Order: sequence, then C-alpha cells, then structure tokens
Amino acid sequence: MLPHAEMVHWAFAAGILLVGLCLLCEAIVGEEVWQMRAWRKYLWPGLAFSLGVLLWPVMAFFTNSSIHMYAHGSWAEVLMLAGGTELGLVHGRLRSPLWRLSWPLAFVVTGTAFIVHEQNPWFFARSAFLHHLLGWTFIVAAVFPLLLVWRPRSAVLQSCFALMIVTVSVMLFSDRDVAPIFGHLSSLAGTPHR
Amino acid sequence: METPFVSRLPATIARTTRMRIVSGIGPTVVAAGLVWAILQPYRVTLLHPRGQGVWWLLIEPPLLVVVVGIVFALLVARPLLSDLEERDASAR
Repeated sequence: MLPHAEMVHWAFAAGILLVGLCLLCEAIVGEEVWQMRAWRKYLWPGLAFSLGVLLWPVMAFFTNSSIHMYAHGSWAEVLMLAGGTELGLVHGRLRSPLWRLSWPLAFVVTGTAFIVHEQNPWFFARSAFLHHLLGWTFIVAAVFPLLLVWRPRSAVLQSCFALMIVTVSVMLFSDRDVAPIFGHLSSLAGTPHR
Repeated sequence: METPFVSRLPATIARTTRMRIVSGIGPTVVAAGLVWAILQPYRVTLLHPRGQGVWWLLIEPPLLVVVVGIVFALLVARPLLSDLEERDASAR
C-alpha cells in the first residue's frame, strides 16, 4: 500500500517547487512588498517547516537501511530547524541574522546525507545519478544562503537561492525508481517500469 | 529645466518588468506541466484510470506541476501584483 519511492520524490518536488517560486517572487518584488500581507511572510518558511515534518513519515516508512533512516531523519531535523528559525525571524521572535546560518547548515547536512546514503556509483541508474547530483548541488549551493546571512537584501543572491530550489525540484521530478541515465543502467538495478 | 518623465521612466520600466515576470511565472509552470503531459501521456493516469493503483491516480507528476502553477498564480501572484500596484501608486 506504500507508494513507490519515486512518487514520494515527486510529491516533495511539488512542495519544493512552490517554495522556490515564492522565494523567486520575493527576490523580484523585494521584502517590503512581499511582507505587505501578514500571511505571505509566513508562507514559504511555513511550507519549508511542513516539508520537514512530512519527512518524518518518510523516515518511518522508507527505512531500507540504517543509513536511509539517518539520512531522512537528519533532513527532517535540519529542514524543520531552518523553516522554524525563518518563521521566528519573520515573526520577530528571533532577531539575530546569524539564525539564518541554519539554511547553509541544512544544505550541507542534506547534501552530505544524499551522497552518503547513496551506496551505488553515479551511472548505476538514474536515481543513483540524481542522488549524487542533488548531494553535490546542495553542498555547492550552500554558498548562497551563507552569503545571504551577510547580504540579506541582495536580489542576485536571493534569485540564485530561489532558482537553486527550483532546480532541486526539477531533479526530484526527474527521479525514477529504475530507469537508465544517459543510456547506462546496471543489470543489478532491476527491470525499468514506466 | 525639470524633466519628470525622464526621471520616472526607469522606475516605470522596472515596475512593468517585475509585474510581467511575476504574472508570467504561474502560466509558465502550468505550460511546463502541460508539455510534460503531452510528451509522456502515460504518466497522466487520469486518461486511463482503469486498473491503476491509488498512488498512481493520486500522484501524477505532470498534473502536480500544473496544480503548483495554478495555486501559485491564483493564491500568490495575483494578490502580490495588486500589492505591487498599490505600493507603486502610493509612492507616486
């Protein structure tokens, strides 16, 4: 009765895409306009926090191995931490901009978990390739939220951050349980389905 | 000599560009989902629902993209555009 792993990736991709679009709009119109309606300033931090909460059932029901459990659990924790601190910052409960260091931390932890919990090489199958690619994307792109701690109003950095989140959602939508990548598919990966 | 038109022109262009981008994001995402549905129609199980499992009926990636685009356009972009107009009107 559980969905395929690829379906979970697609569902999260939809949520992440919405977060990315909101971030992109905030970068385009500026923080002042974005926060003109009270509900809107909580929108993407709330979505990020909710995605973190929803990662817990993923951890519970998709525990293929200990390393999967650690990976999904650490994503849930860091995404809840980053979303929660962002909620605290926009609400005014948290004041120090250093709280925004939770985002680069979340990116580095997420990237490391992606790389570590993928046991197969890059060209084993599409899912293996995407796990490696996602991991390195998160680690390299951690530079954007890191720089945003000191340059929070930079539209270029905000746009790069938003487009990186949209790119992550595209990668997740590209995920398949068993499918070739650039013509490569290990015979150990199983039989491809639609 | 005062030339208010010249000094206001860049701001007007920037405002129009921002509004165009914001209003175009939702339809672009919807279009991307529709193109995906046309390229891989077997992923849209609503077109052939008989014999499909519940998860295949619930999670159809091209439709998820379309839904995100529609939700974004209606719930985020539309009020944001009116706020942008309101702020520019008050700034004039």
